[in-house]
Amino acid sequence: MSEIIVGVVVFPGSNCDHDTEHAVASFSGIKPVMLWHNDHDLQGAKAIILPGGFSYGDYLRAGSIARFSPIMQEVIDFAGKGFPVLGICNGFQVLLESGLLEGALSRNRDKKFLCCQTSIRAVNCSTIFTTLYKEDEVLSIPIAHGEGNYFAPPEVIESLEEHDQVVFKYTDAQGLVTDDANPNGSLRNIAGIINRQGNVLGLMPHPERANDKLLGSLDGRRLFESLFCHISGV
Amino acid sequence: MPYLAKIKVTLRQSILDVQGKAVDHALKNLGYRTVESIRIGKYIEVTINEEEIVEAERIGNEISMKLLSNPVMENYSMELEHIN
Repeated sequence: MSEIIVGVVVFPGSNCDHDTEHAVASFSGIKPVMLWHNDHDLQGAKAIILPGGFSYGDYLRAGSIARFSPIMQEVIDFAGKGFPVLGICNGFQVLLESGLLEGALSRNRDKKFLCCQTSIRAVNCSTIFTTLYKEDEVLSIPIAHGEGNYFAPPEVIESLEEHDQVVFKYTDAQGLVTDDANPNGSLRNIAGIINRQGNVLGLMPHPERANDKLLGSLDGRRLFESLFCHISGV
Repeated sequence: MPYLAKIKVTLRQSILDVQGKAVDHALKNLGYRTVESIRIGKYIEVTINEEEIVEAERIGNEISMKLLSNPVMENYSMELEHIN
């Protein structure tokens, strides 16, 4: 059987692109290809991942310039056709700037850049990215960001909750959604959301950094696995 | 004749301005007790090579909405100046 191609977009300033490539390559039958921001060719990818980092130096606003790069025009069309797109950290910021997801990410509540392990829960396990998780399961996945404070107008938040578009929430070690467990001030502890169609997911935590025992957690692995099962029709 | 668009981008009031808060703390530490609050924004100058002010204004507004600000969390204002 031929390998299924998954595209990892490389913007100037991306710095989790190779970690993501490594995570993707760790699944048999899946081949990562790196997609340069200035290209238009998605090289036959069946899913696209926008990795973490500081695209275009985070100038103006995180993700704002990347959103207008040539490859993003293709990614937006690709998403529009219903193909899966995953944005991690800076990739999530790019998805919000692109309008593929709703809301915005502002600076962390406590002013600090946060680089630490967090507890999160997949509060919707019926998406193509989360089928292998259980809703009551607490996942240990790291965050590394200065602007991860999720914001959206109240009507958008209500609509996201109503349509089960909130996929990940920050929790305490017991899985409770509390203020103390909220690292960055995100509304309702939101760590990740999906679009209404269910094919575009963005999240601040880094599943590719929790994909190997050596990294201290394997909890991010099933996000990729869920997605790859979906695109390979398993 | 080009126009200079002076664009100010500010965080909406409902958005916590952590930079402003940090600078506010610093000023209080320096003894400026009457400083009540600080909001930090961005100031952007764009030279637009258009003959008609209406067109310069249209472009200024368009780029402010499209790229220079994020309407979800920011507001912008613009002043246009004729450059000789």
